[in-house]
Amino acid sequence: MKQSRFPLSLLMFGYAFLYAPIALLVLYSFNESRLVAVWSGLSLRWYGELFKDERFLEAAWLSFQVAAISATLALLLGTLAALSFDRNRRFWGRSMFGFLLNVPLVLPDVVIGLALLLAFVEAGKAIGWPAERGMSTIVIAHATIATSYVVVVVRARLSDLDRSLEEAALDLGARPFAVFTSVTLPLLTPALLAGWLLAFTLSLDDVVVAQFVTGPGATTLPMEIFSSMRLGVSPKINALGTLLAAAAAAAVWIAWRLQCRRR
Amino acid sequence: MKQRIASRIVLGLPLIWLLLFVLLPVLILAMVSLSESQVGIPPYKPLLNWSEAGQAALAASLNSYVQLAEDGMLAQSLQESLTLAGLTTLICLVVGWPMAWAIARARRERRGPLLLLIMLPFWTSFLVRIYAWMTILGDDGILNNFLIWLGLIDQPWAIMNTDKAILIGMVYAYLPFMVLPLFAVLERIDQSLLEASADLGAGPARTFLSVLLPLSMPGILAGSALVFVPALGEYVIPEMMGGGGSAMMGKMLWDVFALTRDWPAAAALAMALLAAVAVPLVFLQRARHRLAGRDS
Repeated sequence: MKQSRFPLSLLMFGYAFLYAPIALLVLYSFNESRLVAVWSGLSLRWYGELFKDERFLEAAWLSFQVAAISATLALLLGTLAALSFDRNRRFWGRSMFGFLLNVPLVLPDVVIGLALLLAFVEAGKAIGWPAERGMSTIVIAHATIATSYVVVVVRARLSDLDRSLEEAALDLGARPFAVFTSVTLPLLTPALLAGWLLAFTLSLDDVVVAQFVTGPGATTLPMEIFSSMRLGVSPKINALGTLLAAAAAAAVWIAWRLQCRRR
Repeated sequence: MKQRIASRIVLGLPLIWLLLFVLLPVLILAMVSLSESQVGIPPYKPLLNWSEAGQAALAASLNSYVQLAEDGMLAQSLQESLTLAGLTTLICLVVGWPMAWAIARARRERRGPLLLLIMLPFWTSFLVRIYAWMTILGDDGILNNFLIWLGLIDQPWAIMNTDKAILIGMVYAYLPFMVLPLFAVLERIDQSLLEASADLGAGPARTFLSVLLPLSMPGILAGSALVFVPALGEYVIPEMMGGGGSAMMGKMLWDVFALTRDWPAAAALAMALLAAVAVPLVFLQRARHRLAGRDS
């Protein structure tokens, strides 16, 4: 069949649509002018201003901590959940478990955020914890959401895994725990890395849930960006956005190279 | 025996976490939606009142729901959310299908990089991408400056703070979610089916309608759900690009929660949003079962 030109040109148009805003964002981050949309000359001025802004730096550090802790927690919980799902065909509450794991994947952020906030408020009333909302409640919220994503990634890998490798190790007399640490875990490593990275990114990108469950004094980077977006566009955010986009592109590129080399 | 205890712990930890931080919060959300608002901290009355004799009295009311329905707020925001999410899904489908098809028909070694290019924006901060659109579409934005400079218009074209801006933002944010599942389905379609269709005298349009479209149905369903469901509850895009007039459910929920501080009403809106999300998902599940049943 003759290949039609139409899908190909639409594909190019699609890529242009996806990348033009990012390209313009990067271009205008080097703009001298205070007005975002008026070009007045090349300058690194806004990068300098960004690194002088204490609020952004503090928020970035908090976000990094929240993302790292919640991703690690989600990796632990998600891997345990994925293992118990894969290894136990039937157990009490299996369908309930599966249902609960899917809830964070489909519920809108505003619903999750409000529900968690109300739960924290009620828990604070009933058992005195959390006495104050802030970093810890954001970490819990992000870990809860990310766990579901980690489960998806790890279960996909587990279902491809060759069970005979584990059985061989057991036959050769290895204890179950040794089999887990020296056979199962190494085989899972790529999925664990991917799951952690996904959880980290999700946390670093979330503004809605954090906005609901945060307390006084805990402002993450997305919350800081969001509140300055409310005041209107500012070239400083162009600079920050460029840095974030560059970091994401570098991470994806490295992951891509690693995957290519493995093949 | 020891292994069983170990597996109990392995199993128990995530389950307890989910019960505490997924099930319990949703139940509390439902509970608060049935309580009444008050001035104070927290801004709602407890549902269970303990009398001095130690007896519990239940003080549940459907007030919040009734009020939302009477104001017409619920109907209005439900309608706006359904319309905009539906349009977003439709546009993503119309644009995303040919894109997925073009990638699926590309040379094998090119497909990986092409797919990576679709996914890359997803790894870039969502807020930053929305911000980029704000700098482009604003009255004093890059697009308007450019059009005025060209002499095509002399008044800024007002896109920002309208439903058009919300649509652009949502199509932009969710297009990759449509392309990926469509690609997964289209890549597996056997070339010989297309040749057979052409040999039997079908033109490209006929082949598309009676071969490609039905075969890509699972991808269309999955992609539509991945776009429609988050678009329905979207908050950031209507807040930033839709202006004060937008009444999408996510934005209205936040406004009622943070500005009006009527938490029971916000909880009732959240329950309505939860139901609005559940309906298409149940429908999707049924459609999938039907498709699976037809194939086997």
